[in-house]
Amino acid sequence: MTGGRGALGVRLDLEKGRVEMVHGSGGRASAQLVEELFLPAFDNPWLRQAGDQAQLDLPEGRWAMSTDSFVISPLFFPGGDIGSLAVHGTVNDLAMGGAHPLYLTAGFVLEEGFPLSDLSRIVRSMGASARECGVSLVAGDTKVVERGKGDGIYINTAGIGRIPAGVVLDPSAIRPDDEILLSGPVGDHGAAVLAAREGERLATALLSDSAPLHGLVAAMLASGPGLVCLRDPTRGGVASTLNEWARISGLSLEISESGIPVRPEVRGISELLGIDPLYLANEGRLLAVCRPEASERLLSALRNHPAGRMASRIGKVGKGRPGRTDGTVRMTTLMGGSRTVDWLLGDPLPRIC
Amino acid sequence: MSDLRYLEAFRDPDLGRSLLSALAIAAKALPRAPVRIMEFCGGHTHAFHRFGLLELLPPEIRMVHGPGCPVCVLPKGRIDAAIGLSLDKNAVLATYGDVLRVPGSHGMTLMKARARGADVRIVVSAMEALSLAEALPDREIVFFAIGFETTTPPTAAVILEARRRNLTNFSVLANHVLTPPAMEAILSGTALDGVIGPSHVSTVIGTKAYDFVSRKHGIPLVVAGFEPLDILLALRMLLSQISEGRSEVENEYARAVVPEGNPRSLGLIERVFERAPSFEWRGLGSLPRSGLSIRDEFGIFDAQRRFSVEIGRVSDPGICECGEILKGVKGPRDCRIFGTLCTPDTPVGACMVSAEGACAAVFHYGDREGAVS
Repeated sequence: MTGGRGALGVRLDLEKGRVEMVHGSGGRASAQLVEELFLPAFDNPWLRQAGDQAQLDLPEGRWAMSTDSFVISPLFFPGGDIGSLAVHGTVNDLAMGGAHPLYLTAGFVLEEGFPLSDLSRIVRSMGASARECGVSLVAGDTKVVERGKGDGIYINTAGIGRIPAGVVLDPSAIRPDDEILLSGPVGDHGAAVLAAREGERLATALLSDSAPLHGLVAAMLASGPGLVCLRDPTRGGVASTLNEWARISGLSLEISESGIPVRPEVRGISELLGIDPLYLANEGRLLAVCRPEASERLLSALRNHPAGRMASRIGKVGKGRPGRTDGTVRMTTLMGGSRTVDWLLGDPLPRIC
Repeated sequence: MSDLRYLEAFRDPDLGRSLLSALAIAAKALPRAPVRIMEFCGGHTHAFHRFGLLELLPPEIRMVHGPGCPVCVLPKGRIDAAIGLSLDKNAVLATYGDVLRVPGSHGMTLMKARARGADVRIVVSAMEALSLAEALPDREIVFFAIGFETTTPPTAAVILEARRRNLTNFSVLANHVLTPPAMEAILSGTALDGVIGPSHVSTVIGTKAYDFVSRKHGIPLVVAGFEPLDILLALRMLLSQISEGRSEVENEYARAVVPEGNPRSLGLIERVFERAPSFEWRGLGSLPRSGLSIRDEFGIFDAQRRFSVEIGRVSDPGICECGEILKGVKGPRDCRIFGTLCTPDTPVGACMVSAEGACAAVFHYGDREGAVS
């Protein structure tokens, strides 16, 4: 591809070329970036119209909309990259409302000097993930910032998805005796990224769990009623999601450490870095609250789906504390004691002593 | 990563239950009860809460939290000095993440200094600070070094390395302190029946460093690892000593700790540092020969000399009980502002700042039901 001529002059050098300020200027170079990089990767009728907006024919009903920005370092990690993550992240945010994701937009903030080969790899990964998820990237935008003013690449994705009739997932409906389900081992993404940052010093075979979850959600909804709410425990991990639910419901969420699967590699990395796996980010797991009579059925639905093979029941909802409305998360430890699982405080930092 | 199975082994719930039963039986046979046992190290405090061990202990055992949390014992004057260096001297201040939120005078922190334009960088090792100095040759890099004997050898190593590389823009503001003098100060003022000795510190200084605990104070000490089974076994060993009227230094953590310690690490400390006549500890006050200063030979790497830093004496607010808590005289819940004015988000005292501080551990893992309101 390099060296040839396209409609807009000499083609982009996707092997050795770098992002330049002109690529974000809105002029010929910007158009070339779209034509030679984004269009082939995301190809769909809306992008081909090349308008300022995508025009969609949406059927009536309830629609979910969400947006998320991705600033991850490193950009490429075992099991994914910022591109696949940007698609899965927004797809999953929509899926947690029970929505079937359909359309995404993508905004790119590129740093001057960023290798076009990396950009190409990321964009192709986004395209592949979108196809895998059955969503179309229908509109996009690219800006370039001066060298030193960005971190290579930031991506924002926004998306909309259709909520099937009758589906209402709402954490304020959580009641005592509801049960809490988890779709798989915790902390794979966070630990894989932390290990990748350490490089050779912490080489593992661990992969990020980054994956779309709307198929899993559809399988749960199809199995019957009783699902109360869903959340993908991304930043802040399982602990943060449970604390949010405890706060919203004002109830006490009671989980059991022995019910929470943690891969040995994740446990090891967590120990080395002094971080609790319950606070590590996940990008392909979901937590669910359901009515007690539905839990066996939903657990089977999870386990029968490839994305939920290792699903488990991790606890139940207890009564709130007398005179308190802020809820709490308590965990029975492996040793048989109990402790609070608190909000994450600040950034998870390595222990120094 | 086959060593991970090793990790699981020290968290085995069945063995944990057996040890707890053994502890309960041993506790019934104690000559006096309750016994007060201090875990000196913040790592153990953290482990007690994280694994939910406290409520499983027989009622005859009362755990007392010790001062072994590097951030907690750091006096405000030293935080003020670091803030001054970063704001007034335009130095790049490199330090461990925990330090950033520690309040100095007037609630100022390095985090807030950064928001005001100071160049403060979080590093996870002393060597990373040295790399910064190489990467930014036009800037002065000051490594704000804290910690007990565990983190001192790496600081010594980077000072030697800075000299070897002829770096002229690197210096260290050293706040390294010693475990035995702090333990001595506590044992002289707080009634205890036994001590769980530190894990990581002991890998460096060895078990012999605690001989004074048994010899001078007649109190048993068991060095223990950080895993739940380590801790329970150490308690079992302490109860045996108490019941048998012994006061010895024993080593539960024999897989990592030897009597003489690590000669290479001790050699590094000795090469670069010397004992300062006294060191001002937060909570414990000024203790003789309890802190380290950089030897004259390495004076150009000593930020205190390089920038003529004065360390001021700043007292803690009267309502904060950190001092008494660090000495083991009071517990976190005895403090009037615990969980109300003072929380991990708005720490008043140092015990609430670091994850290994006693107040932070009780707040983070404890049942809020019992919090003072």
